[in-house]
Amino acid sequence: MEPLMAVSIGVLFACAIYMMLRRSIVKLVIGLMLLSNAANLLIFSTAGMERGRPPLVPEGMAAPAGSVADPLPQALVLTAIVIAFGVLSFSVVLLRRAWEVVRADDLDKMKDTDT
Amino acid sequence: MMQLAVLSGFVLAAFAPLLYRWLGSRTTVFLALYPAAIVVWLLAQWPSVVGGEPVLLEMAWVPGMDITLTFLIDGLSLLFALLIAGIGAFVLLYAGGYLHGHRDLPRFLVILIAFMVSMLGLVLADNLVTLFVFWELTSITSYLLIGFNHTDLSARKAALQGLFVTVAGGLALLAGLVMLGSAGGSWSLVELTTRGEALREHPLYTPMLICLLLGAFTKSAQFPFHFWLPNAMAAPTPVSAYLHSATMVKAGIYLMARLQPSLGGTEAWVTILSLVGAMTMFTGAFLAVRHTNVKKLLAYSTVMALGTLTMLLGIGTQGALVAFVVFLLAHSLYKGALFMVAGILDHETGTKDVTAMGGLRTLMPVTTAVALVAALSLAGLPPLLGFIGKELMFESVLHASHFTLLLLLLAFAAAFLTIAVAAIVALRPFFGEQRQTPHVAHEPPAAMLLGPAVLAALSLLLGLMPGGLDGLVQAIVVGIGAPEANVHLALWHGINLPLLMSLAALVLGWLIFRRWDRLRARLAYLDPVIARGPEAGYDAIMVALVRIAEWQTRALQNGYLRNYLAVTLLVLVGLVGHAFFFRHTPQFDVSISVYLHEAVVAGLMIAGAVTACLMKSRLAAVAAVGVMGFSIALTFVLFSAPDLAITQLLVETLTVILLVLVLFRLPRFANLSAPSERLRDLVVASAFGVMVTLLMLAVLGGERLPRISDYMVENSQPLGHGHNIVNVILVDFRALDTLGEIFVLALAAIGVYAMLRFHAAEGTGRLPTRPRSSDDGE
Repeated sequence: MEPLMAVSIGVLFACAIYMMLRRSIVKLVIGLMLLSNAANLLIFSTAGMERGRPPLVPEGMAAPAGSVADPLPQALVLTAIVIAFGVLSFSVVLLRRAWEVVRADDLDKMKDTDT
Repeated sequence: MMQLAVLSGFVLAAFAPLLYRWLGSRTTVFLALYPAAIVVWLLAQWPSVVGGEPVLLEMAWVPGMDITLTFLIDGLSLLFALLIAGIGAFVLLYAGGYLHGHRDLPRFLVILIAFMVSMLGLVLADNLVTLFVFWELTSITSYLLIGFNHTDLSARKAALQGLFVTVAGGLALLAGLVMLGSAGGSWSLVELTTRGEALREHPLYTPMLICLLLGAFTKSAQFPFHFWLPNAMAAPTPVSAYLHSATMVKAGIYLMARLQPSLGGTEAWVTILSLVGAMTMFTGAFLAVRHTNVKKLLAYSTVMALGTLTMLLGIGTQGALVAFVVFLLAHSLYKGALFMVAGILDHETGTKDVTAMGGLRTLMPVTTAVALVAALSLAGLPPLLGFIGKELMFESVLHASHFTLLLLLLAFAAAFLTIAVAAIVALRPFFGEQRQTPHVAHEPPAAMLLGPAVLAALSLLLGLMPGGLDGLVQAIVVGIGAPEANVHLALWHGINLPLLMSLAALVLGWLIFRRWDRLRARLAYLDPVIARGPEAGYDAIMVALVRIAEWQTRALQNGYLRNYLAVTLLVLVGLVGHAFFFRHTPQFDVSISVYLHEAVVAGLMIAGAVTACLMKSRLAAVAAVGVMGFSIALTFVLFSAPDLAITQLLVETLTVILLVLVLFRLPRFANLSAPSERLRDLVVASAFGVMVTLLMLAVLGGERLPRISDYMVENSQPLGHGHNIVNVILVDFRALDTLGEIFVLALAAIGVYAMLRFHAAEGTGRLPTRPRSSDDGE
């Protein structure tokens, strides 16, 4: 599965970068979303992907029997998903605000910093 | 521990303003105790050093990198340190009178003392890195000193010029020192001295020599870098007296003398140093007689002296090295005295122009006497120390192995021009008919007279009894590369060729002095030629520098976010690609075992992402991103990450709601870029995507390290009392991280709230906007 994921993540990154290089601010937001998802997936799948062995301790036991998926990258990615959401919501509102003030959806036209 | 005592001067410097508040005008006297104490300490080392036993005070600084604060006190550094501390003490006293009541006197004292300490560190340091650090400190502090009158445009310009020239040389010096250190296999000057043979044979010898000499030449104002020194006369006179007699400009000379045993004696060394030195010597003496400003006259004669010293190092015979030491000491003494006299003239008469002064001897007899004695030494007349220095210089030039005739001619020309300069400085203001000056002159306060008087007296005393210097000169000469030396200095050498040359120079110099006014008028014809000299080159370089900076700022810092992004990413791809293919041989793991449903999920993910890029409608793009997000959630489900799946689903839902709420108030998608731009962006994006894919494949193909989460897996239940290990990690093992995350989210929430509220409070929904200029204007 990992090589397939590698290709998928590559495509996701390429799409994200392409969208972030656009001049339209709305496309920039889309690019941002793609980027954070791609990064999360990268961390998750580079750590090794296991089928059907979630990092849970069965009821009444002190440790999982046998090997489970690595919980640490999962914890990191979980944090990252939530942070990405925070960043996204902030930037979306910021862009909306910028649009209201500047009335330009073209990043090249947003030259005056203190309009 | 003496190191700390010497370096504590920096602390003293920091407290100078406070002391000034308490002690007022007596501060300088108090501060002068510091260099005076150092002089005493140095004198205590005299017997041991002169006895041929250099003192090495070891002290570690950064042991891991072989950087020490070790002080080396041998003959050379003892002489330099004595001059720096001794003249420094007098300059401090002098400054107290010269800048009496000046608003910025405390600031001046801070910088002056910091400069003094840096200079002491420079000449005492045994470690190359330490030496460089102090070297740069002197550049910076001298910049502040030269630009002390910061409201004066020309002072600022001169300070910047000095800084640029010396710091550019400092960069070359750094490269040279690194080469020296690695070629010699040691960072200690003492050890490098013993490795001269290996260094001279080393393949890096020539680049090393060029870099080191660039550093020394810029610092010591050698041709063609000599122009900054006279311009630095914009500084207050105490600074000129200090920087240009014994300290700043002698640093380069010190360095060359220090390197003489390690690098000297080769064809390249002899050629470069002799020719550059002789050229500087002549240029300085020649340009001096064009000026009527007393400080400029002295400044150019300093250039002459620095050139002479370099030339003597280049000649490098034992006699030349003896001449070097004596000339160096003589110059420091008389030049310090003369600069202080120049300051007295400026201070008391209100002008620096020697043609505007005359007949001052009746008004200031002591100053006249001091000036006469010091100028006699400058002119190289008996019975002053300067005479001995000059005779020795002639003697060694006569025996030079290379370019003897050329050096002799230049030395002779410089000698008679210098005699003219000495006469102009010492006779013109004090003798002849009395002239009206802006202030009515009278003797300066004692604090200002003490320094020049002592220095002039020393010139005379050492000239009469040069035997007292034999031991020190011998120690220095042996230290800088002469074989067994047996030095006997004497005033009278008998009637020989140098004496006859001195006599001829005296006659010629006197003639020039008598006809100076007419000569100056003639020399004015040369002004256009001189204006095209090295300083014009400096100006051109500065203009070009600004242009290049402007151009590259426009090119690189153009304000387009996507350009920054593209450049950053391309550099990243380039560097990673290089490391990837040329420095490692990556092994790709492409063995794949995949179920159909997994492949479908991955396909959906890719399709969602690509569709999001292609859609022309915002709704479709958001939907496509949603498809991708939910496929990712499915991936999490399939590969043992239920928590991630839940979070992803939740966030994905919230995102869609957010976008629906906000995004649709934003403008529609627009195609703003030209096809060529899109192609370019596609190339950048693809390159990055391919890099990520290859990197990940290489990671998978590489060696797997053992995971670090075993502890958490084992202890999640016993210690954390939780069955979901990921949850336990988040709220227990890594709880602080989670706290940070909550903090970030709270900040984002506050930001969002503020932006939305801000809008509501305005009512009309528009900020008061500035009248917009046209959109295409810069």
